[in-house]
Amino acid sequence: MTIKTPEIESSKNDGDIELSLPLQQDLTDWQTGHEFTVVGKPHSRLEGAEKVTGRAQYSADVRLSGQLYGAVLRCPHPHAKLISIDTSEAEALPGVHAVISQNDQFDIDWYSEEAPLFSDQLRFVGDEVAAVAAVSTEVAADALRLIKVNYEPLPFVTDMDQALADDAPAIHDGDNRVEEDSEYERGDCAAGLQQADITVENEYRTQTALHTALEAHGATAHWSGDELIVYESTQGVHAIHGLLCEKLGLPMNKVRVIEQHMGGGFGAKQTLWKPTLFAALLSRKAGRPVQLLLDREGENLATGNRNSTLQQVKLGASNDGKLTAIKMTCRINAGAYATAGEASNVAGIFQHLYHCENVKTSQVRVYTNTGPAVAFRAPGYVEACFALESAMDELAHKLEIDPLELRRINYTGRDQTGDKPWSSPDGLKTCYERLDEEFGWSQRKAPSSEGSIRRGYGLAAHEWMAGMGNPPAAVFIKLNTDGSADVVTGTQDIGTGTRTVLAQVAAEAIGLPMESVRLLLGDTAIGGVAPVSQGSFTVPTLAPAVRGAGENLRRQILEAAALLLETDATTLEIKDGEIVSTEGKHKSLTVADVCDELAPQSLQAHGSRRANPTDTTIRPFGALAAEVAVDTQTGEITVIRIVNAPDCGRILNSKTANSQVIGGVTQGIGFALTEERMVDHNIGLVLNADLEEYKIPTVADIPTITHAEVNLPDLNANNTGAKGLGELPLIPAAPAILNAIFDATGLRFTQLPINRARVLAALQAQQETAE
Amino acid sequence: MSDNSPTSGKQLVTMTVNGEQTEVAIEPRRVLLDVLRHDVGLTGSKKVCEMGDCGACTVHLDGAPVYSCLVLGIECAGKKVDTIEGLAKGNQLDPIQQAFIDHDAFQCGFCTSGQIMSLKALFEDSPKPSDEQIVTAVSGNLCRCGAYQNIVKAAQAVRDEAKPETRNDD
Repeated sequence: MTIKTPEIESSKNDGDIELSLPLQQDLTDWQTGHEFTVVGKPHSRLEGAEKVTGRAQYSADVRLSGQLYGAVLRCPHPHAKLISIDTSEAEALPGVHAVISQNDQFDIDWYSEEAPLFSDQLRFVGDEVAAVAAVSTEVAADALRLIKVNYEPLPFVTDMDQALADDAPAIHDGDNRVEEDSEYERGDCAAGLQQADITVENEYRTQTALHTALEAHGATAHWSGDELIVYESTQGVHAIHGLLCEKLGLPMNKVRVIEQHMGGGFGAKQTLWKPTLFAALLSRKAGRPVQLLLDREGENLATGNRNSTLQQVKLGASNDGKLTAIKMTCRINAGAYATAGEASNVAGIFQHLYHCENVKTSQVRVYTNTGPAVAFRAPGYVEACFALESAMDELAHKLEIDPLELRRINYTGRDQTGDKPWSSPDGLKTCYERLDEEFGWSQRKAPSSEGSIRRGYGLAAHEWMAGMGNPPAAVFIKLNTDGSADVVTGTQDIGTGTRTVLAQVAAEAIGLPMESVRLLLGDTAIGGVAPVSQGSFTVPTLAPAVRGAGENLRRQILEAAALLLETDATTLEIKDGEIVSTEGKHKSLTVADVCDELAPQSLQAHGSRRANPTDTTIRPFGALAAEVAVDTQTGEITVIRIVNAPDCGRILNSKTANSQVIGGVTQGIGFALTEERMVDHNIGLVLNADLEEYKIPTVADIPTITHAEVNLPDLNANNTGAKGLGELPLIPAAPAILNAIFDATGLRFTQLPINRARVLAALQAQQETAE
Repeated sequence: MSDNSPTSGKQLVTMTVNGEQTEVAIEPRRVLLDVLRHDVGLTGSKKVCEMGDCGACTVHLDGAPVYSCLVLGIECAGKKVDTIEGLAKGNQLDPIQQAFIDHDAFQCGFCTSGQIMSLKALFEDSPKPSDEQIVTAVSGNLCRCGAYQNIVKAAQAVRDEAKPETRNDD
């Protein structure tokens, strides 16, 4: 038998699917009442066995013949001029194969300020001064100690408030503002405040937090002839590919970036950092592969952080709880440089979450002599949600309106900045319902006191500016001659379950069982361009393209099957790898049989992601409630239980979705209670650039966390109805916990994190006021 | 060799790694973690903090869990070292490993080797540990993805020998 493989016209390849046959199962079947066999199921991760056996190869595990090990020399001063650097002794040390520094005069710019790769202006403790490659990590460390650097320390400022003082040292040219204030106003905020029956006003501070991915930044770089191969720990293999080509002046077909597994990123690995380029430059100089992975100190000092903020918030409302005005002014600590990647949007949630005609926001980034900030899981929104939702809780308390009811009173189904509907106008409303059901918010007990222990409840709501997906994405599926399928994508699995979820979508769309699908990703040489895994983009970007390719392939299989069965393709479908009639009758023919008949020819199909709709704004939402206990004797805060109801559209895999929720909430508990990068502003040094004193949550700190599934397919968003989930659960955790602390103790904290010392101090102040 | 370098030559050290007698030539300053990752070629134990804070490098030394970043290789002469790579028999997973998959007790997987080795040590000591013992056993193993709740569930499932909540094939 011969069959002409349908041609895919590139001009028709920008949509979901071009069907030549009027098949019954078309895109609408994913919209209503479709019985899924694979999608939505709690499938275990495809890479599970690799990860639990220690066989999964991370970038740090790459071992190439003759591989050298790199290390980075960092500036010990918060602000300094590099007068001279002498690397000769380091270069002479046996086992050292390459040293790079300012002396190499690379013509490569870095950061948005276009500072040179090796600058003589050093602007934070940890700024890179030199890098070495040696036969072992130990010899590399020895070599760093032999580099002689002459620094001229300069006046510095590490505190954001002080950085705006008239006499503050200039970190770059100008007044330490990164840019002009970003202003937004709709309606008349001043008038809205004027007409309010009640206002609440507070200044909120959020801390600098560290991503703390367990796998540090870094790469293994290897020049194979004139081709550079980089094994990188990254959230975006294609982004790294493009940036490496740009920085090194190489054509894209001479650079390949590979990553099969990565040990966490959380935003900090969404762009190219110096260590990867150092590995490439050292490798070129040494003529051998170089692996350069940061140590924990370098990781904590110089590869990004969640910017601290100072937010002044004022809400006005009428006595019935309706918001008449929202005003927010914010300063953001950018650190010493403005990095690439997602911007920290603090203002967004104030503009979007609640119905309000009069809104005014203003935000500005400020330079300080500290490590540069970079997006950290829902950048801006985590910081802002704490302030807005604390203020809303205060408003509810003053108006004696239930906090959940206050949020319902101020509900909006529209994007008020673009004047168009949300893609799921009832999404947040449904989150409120699910939260109420699972947490029992309406039935909760009054805050209680038993001995020194006080218990209380709090909640917070949010939206998230991303999670809509970010085209383009191109997917290619080849059907093997035994009826199994390889799905080739250009995305990466950063631990979120991308590999598994996309395989489910492919299996569903083609009609194959999961075990017949292999999902390929993480290699720029095989997969088409896909966005960085940031902004909860990956699933809503890739899944529609995977589905499109899968449906294309299914159509081809059915056309071939119809020829074999001498019937009309419209009477056939594929279930679990078998050709059946649309009534479900067996045809004694499998996909493998069809492939066998076609061999040595084989089928293949493409799919790509269309643009997002313009008549609606795609948004995910969420709500979270917490129960906490506060010991008024010790100041200890115990989070007892948390329920989170995120609207991420259709849930494609309930198991990995649950993990995103418990993981995000766990990070939120750290942000609320323990995590803070400490800087001694007198000497400009970071005091906790390690995992000993930078406290992330442990297993002992975690309450019962429940994912209240909303699972509301967003049919306006894309052809799978799925939106992003990854960032959502972290956003509302801190304010809900803080609001519960208020409910328990009457203490309103406006600064994060809240630790024992701050609780005890506040309790003492409360007692003194009462006396 | 430079005076600044504390390398005083390599020593031959023999240890039993995952049941196999293994001879390595290592500098006295090289920690067990690096011996395993670089000299033996077993990269399942992960390097994260290098100061005993995170537990990602947990292995068993003569049957007891240790942070391999805090043990010198030369201190392991004549000793028995067991790593994550020795847990499965071929492709037959240890029940803890299977439970981690079934209960999704990891996301990125970078801490997973250490978590499993800490629990393996617990189960070898007490096959029916209490919930508190489970939490204590992994309280020195950080997980930034925040899979703790599922790590505890996986351990409880091993203890209870219960069928997993969800099967791999459903």
